[in-house]
Amino acid sequence: MRNAFIEELVILARKNKNIALVVGDLGYKVVEPFAEEFPDRFINAGVAEQNMTGLAAGMASEGFHVFTYSIANFPTFRCAEQIRNDVDYHNLPVTIVTVGGGLSYGNLGYSHHAIQDYALIRSMPNMLIAAPGDPMETKACLRYLVDNPQPSYLRLGKAGEPNFHNDVPTVEPGVWLNVCSDGMQDKCILSTGATLGLAHEWAKHEDFKGYTICSMPLWGMKYKTLQEKMLLGYNSVMTIEDHLFDGGFGSWMIESVYRKINNEITLNCKALSHEVCGKVGSQIYLNNLGGISL
Amino acid sequence: MISKDFAINIRKHILRMVHNSGGSHIASALSIVDIISVLYSEVLKVDNKNPQWKERDRFILSKGHACTPIYATLAELDFFSPADLELYGKNDSILMNHISHKVPGVEFSTGALGHGLPFGVGKAKAAKILGQNWKTFVLLSDGELDEGSNWEAFMFAAHHKLNNLIAIIDYNKLQSLDSVENTMGLEPLEQKFKSFGWDVFELDGHNYLQLSNTLLDSSNTNPKVIIAHTIKGKGVSFIENKVEWHYKTPNDVELELALSELN
Repeated sequence: MRNAFIEELVILARKNKNIALVVGDLGYKVVEPFAEEFPDRFINAGVAEQNMTGLAAGMASEGFHVFTYSIANFPTFRCAEQIRNDVDYHNLPVTIVTVGGGLSYGNLGYSHHAIQDYALIRSMPNMLIAAPGDPMETKACLRYLVDNPQPSYLRLGKAGEPNFHNDVPTVEPGVWLNVCSDGMQDKCILSTGATLGLAHEWAKHEDFKGYTICSMPLWGMKYKTLQEKMLLGYNSVMTIEDHLFDGGFGSWMIESVYRKINNEITLNCKALSHEVCGKVGSQIYLNNLGGISL
Repeated sequence: MISKDFAINIRKHILRMVHNSGGSHIASALSIVDIISVLYSEVLKVDNKNPQWKERDRFILSKGHACTPIYATLAELDFFSPADLELYGKNDSILMNHISHKVPGVEFSTGALGHGLPFGVGKAKAAKILGQNWKTFVLLSDGELDEGSNWEAFMFAAHHKLNNLIAIIDYNKLQSLDSVENTMGLEPLEQKFKSFGWDVFELDGHNYLQLSNTLLDSSNTNPKVIIAHTIKGKGVSFIENKVEWHYKTPNDVELELALSELN
């Protein structure tokens, strides 16, 4: 995903002279193509995420669409107030990019487990969350964000994720993207972020065999009202995410439809149990421990 | 040269606004009146008919709790009607009690400390990338220098040689609960800034000539920081240098007494 991100950002930056990339001393063997082609619009702000985010907001207020880039919780929690006050409140076009969403960096320990980031970001009224499920959706999200500059959060996995789309799809905030619908049309596994692969695994399980698989890479507070419409036609939906249930995507969905849900619709959520907090291990091991993989 | 009457008038506005709204931070506001008066009278290139004029200088108040002198100055300069100052702190007013970008002429909302300088650094860097000649001025409090984000920004600005950035420190030596010295001492402040790679100037923050000369000087090759020695509550004897006036609201008697002192 991170390679798809930088490839697409370079292509978009050729046309859009206002795109700037500000990194927090991270992105080795990732950000170099941008830095080499656009040295005037590339800044390494050092290991200083508060200043990185504040200055991104300042540049955005002068017409730039600034992408800040770091890993795990560094560009979010470390500078949460800068995101809240400087970016979100002033409604400025800053896209916060993190690599290592979920438990991608499982072995690196709790500092590197980005499993509470949706909770933080989705509490801000103007923020659009972009959590693509594969490299194709990564490019789709970037194209959307560049066409619609706004306070936003792009949450990437790592590298080497498989593609689940043949081409770059068209994505819209709050809209479910059909990924695979060979079987039952009234039952759906809905994924956000890099759990799209796990969604495909669950669709082979006897309890969910033949479920339609959807992805929702773009969502946020503003798009809750669309979800009732999205649910129409389904009698069983299971959300999946690599984030804690508390404040996560499934919780967001429940909040979105809690007045409307009736006995005819079953809504379940697969999200990480808090049991994973503080545990160390591979992404596969921790996802299993957290209860989101088979 | 700015007239003394301008600053006196701003001080009267501040007293009335804080009294009228039951607000706080009157001493923090009085501390920066002379700096603000000189900035808006002699230094900043701004246009009251076109607050978003591209060539304007950018002024950011990082100590957002001291917003009343900015609102009063912008009103006196016809960015909006002086009558609107009565709405300060009222329900649905754009004039909220920490500086708001919804007010014509205000660049950036603050209120949480340590945000103005990084934002200003971003503006100054943007101007450099775009080859534009306007300057960015950021006014910070002394207590605010406790925030680590400022020091990230001081390092960044020097590294990038942002000589289009001017930071002004309102060094009134008092913070919310106690003196700066007793809270977390800043000295040696001049040496701190020098070692961070800034061009440092030190002056009396109530001396118009010193303020004007230093603010207008463009010979700096590095970012410029002005340590302005000020008196918290300047202009009203019973408010000056008193910690409690960080929060206190003047009652009717105190308001009249303060206004009569200014007359």
